[in-house]
Amino acid sequence: MEHLTDIEIKEIETFALSIRISIIEMLIAAGSGHTAGPLGMADIFATLYHKVLVHNPHDPHWNKRDRVILSNGHICPVLYATMAHNEYFPVEELLSLRKFKSRLQGHPHREYLSGIETSSGPLGSGLSQALGMALAERMDDPYTQKYFYCFMGDGELNEGQVWEALMHAGKEAMRNLIVVIDRNNIQIDGFVNDVMPIEPLRQKFESFHWHVIECDGHNISHIHQAFGEAKSSALPSIIIAHTIPGKGVHAFEYDYRWHGNPPGKGPENFWKKQDQAKNALNELRSLGGRLNDMTR
Amino acid sequence: MINPNLFLVYDFSTQKKLSPIRKGFGMGLVEAGKKNEDVVALCCDLTESTQMHLFKDTFPKRFIEVGIAEQSMASVASGMAAMGKIPFFSSYAMFSPGRNWEQIRTTICYNNSNCKIVGSHAGVSVGPDGGTHQAIEDIAIVRVIPRMTVVVPCDAEQARKATLALAEMTGPAYIRLQREDTPLITSSETPFEIGKVQVLFDTGKSTKHIYDVLISVCGGVTAQALDAAHALAQDGYAIRVVNVHTIKPLDTMLVQFAKESTSVVTIEEHQRIGGLGGAVAELISEHAPKKVLRIGINDEFGQSGTPNELLKHYKLDAESIAVSIRAMLKEYDN
Repeated sequence: MEHLTDIEIKEIETFALSIRISIIEMLIAAGSGHTAGPLGMADIFATLYHKVLVHNPHDPHWNKRDRVILSNGHICPVLYATMAHNEYFPVEELLSLRKFKSRLQGHPHREYLSGIETSSGPLGSGLSQALGMALAERMDDPYTQKYFYCFMGDGELNEGQVWEALMHAGKEAMRNLIVVIDRNNIQIDGFVNDVMPIEPLRQKFESFHWHVIECDGHNISHIHQAFGEAKSSALPSIIIAHTIPGKGVHAFEYDYRWHGNPPGKGPENFWKKQDQAKNALNELRSLGGRLNDMTR
Repeated sequence: MINPNLFLVYDFSTQKKLSPIRKGFGMGLVEAGKKNEDVVALCCDLTESTQMHLFKDTFPKRFIEVGIAEQSMASVASGMAAMGKIPFFSSYAMFSPGRNWEQIRTTICYNNSNCKIVGSHAGVSVGPDGGTHQAIEDIAIVRVIPRMTVVVPCDAEQARKATLALAEMTGPAYIRLQREDTPLITSSETPFEIGKVQVLFDTGKSTKHIYDVLISVCGGVTAQALDAAHALAQDGYAIRVVNVHTIKPLDTMLVQFAKESTSVVTIEEHQRIGGLGGAVAELISEHAPKKVLRIGINDEFGQSGTPNELLKHYKLDAESIAVSIRAMLKEYDN
C-alpha cells in the first residue's frame, strides 16, 4: 500500500470528525448506548473504510468484498456512522438507532441491515466467525485476495472463546485474517488492568503464532501503515490499536464510566448532565474550540 | 401390528439386526458430501466417536479439526455458512449444544445461519462413561431457540436419511445421535420427511372405536416402545405407536391422532421436562386436551452402568414401559 498524502490524511481526519459528530447525535436521539468505544475507534474506522477496505456501498452483497466482523457489537454506533457517511444508507437514518422497527438495532443484526456481516453483541464470538469465513474462502480459492477484518475490545479478551479462536487461526496460518484490538484500557466495571490484567499482550499473541503490530489509534498515517503491514503478513495479524476512550470530547476521555452511558446520562465531573450533549457537540463541531478561536 | 406400508425391518423376535445411530449419520454425511460440494464438516477431537471420520477420509480438504473447543466450533461453522457452506459440526451432545448454547443461539440461530449441529452420545445409554457424558437435557435447550429444527432419529437408517434431508433444507438444525447399537427399525425404502410423524405400529381401534393409547416416541428407545406396545396389544389394548423423529417443527397430525385416543404416552431417553414429552404436552393441551403420561428421566442425572442396566434403572426398557402404561390404563378403568 502506498503512503497517504497530506491531503488524504486531512480527508480521513475530516471523515472521522463527521463520524464522531454523528455518534454523539445518534446517542442523544437514542437516549442510551455506548459512548467511549465508538468515539475512540472513529479514526480507525474512517481509515479502513476510506482507504483500505475493498467494498461497494451500493452493492453490499458484492461477492468480492472484504468482510468486516464487529465482534464487540456494542460499539456499533461507529460502524453505523461510518457506513452512513459511506453511502450505505441515508445519514438521517442514524437517528433511528435503538428505536422500534429501526434497521440500526442496539447491537448489530445482519438481517436488519445490508452491509452487516454478522450479528454480534455477546462478546468473544466474532473472531471464530471471521476465521470460519476465511476458512471457507480458502477452500474455494487458496490464492484469494479477500481480507477478513475482525474488531475486538481489550476487555473482550477476558472471554475464553477468543483464545480458542486465536489458537486455531494460528494453527491455520490464516494470512488474510486481520484483528484490530481496541486497546483503550476500559471496560464496564473499571480499567481493564484492574478488572482482569491482560498484559503482556504482544507476547501472548506471538506465542499463538500471530503477527503483532502496535499503533497509535489516532494517528491516521500509523493506522494506515499498520493495515498495510498486516495485509502483507504470512501469518494472521493483530493490530493492537492504542486508543483513548471517548476521544474527541475531553470530558469523556479516559473515563471508564463513559463506556455504557450516552451524553446526558454520564458522570458529572466536568459537565452537568443537561449540558453534556450540547457541550460535546459544540466541542466536536468547533474542533475543540480551535474554530471559535480562529473566527474571533 | 407393524405398519406394512413403511417397509420396516423390525420384528419381535429376539434376533434383531443392530447398528449404532451415529454410524447412520456418518454414512449419510458422506452421501450428502457427494451430492453437494458445499457440505463441510467440523469436529472437536471426537472425529471417530461421532463417525465423522468417514467424511474426513473421503473429503479431507472439506474437514476442519477445531480441537477441543466447542464454543469456537459453533461460531467457526457460522462463519463458514456466511460464505455459502453447509457446515455439519459434531461433538458429544453434552458439549455441543451443551457447552456452546449461547454461540448456537446468537451466531447460528439469530443469524439464521445454515448450520447443522450434530450431538452424539445422547441419553443414558452412553453407559459406563457416567452422568457427565450423558446428555439428557439437549432436546429441551435446542428446541426453545427460534428457527431451530430438531431431529431425533430412531435408528441408524433413519439417521442416514435425516442427515441427507438436513443437508438439503436451509436453516439451523440439531440432530441427536446415540452411541450404542440399537435395533434397526426402518429400511432403505422407508420414506423420511422432516416434520412428518410415522405410524410404526397399529392394532386398529378398540370396540369402542377409539385407541386406548397413543404412544409418541423418538430415538433409540423406539424399539423398546415397540416391544412394550406388542406386549400391551397381546393384553387386548388398542394401541398406535408413532415415531416422532422431528421434535420441531412438531407435526400437527399428532392432534388428530390424540383425538382418536383415550390417552397419550411419550417416551424418550431425555428429561421428562422440556423434551418430546414437553413438546407433545404443549401441543395436545392446546388442541386436544387429554391425559399425557411422559416417560423419561425423572429430573435426575445419569450414572455409570451398562446401557441395559441403565435403561432398566430409569424405567426405559420395554418391560418397565409396559408396566408404566398398564398402571396408567388401570387408573383409567377405575
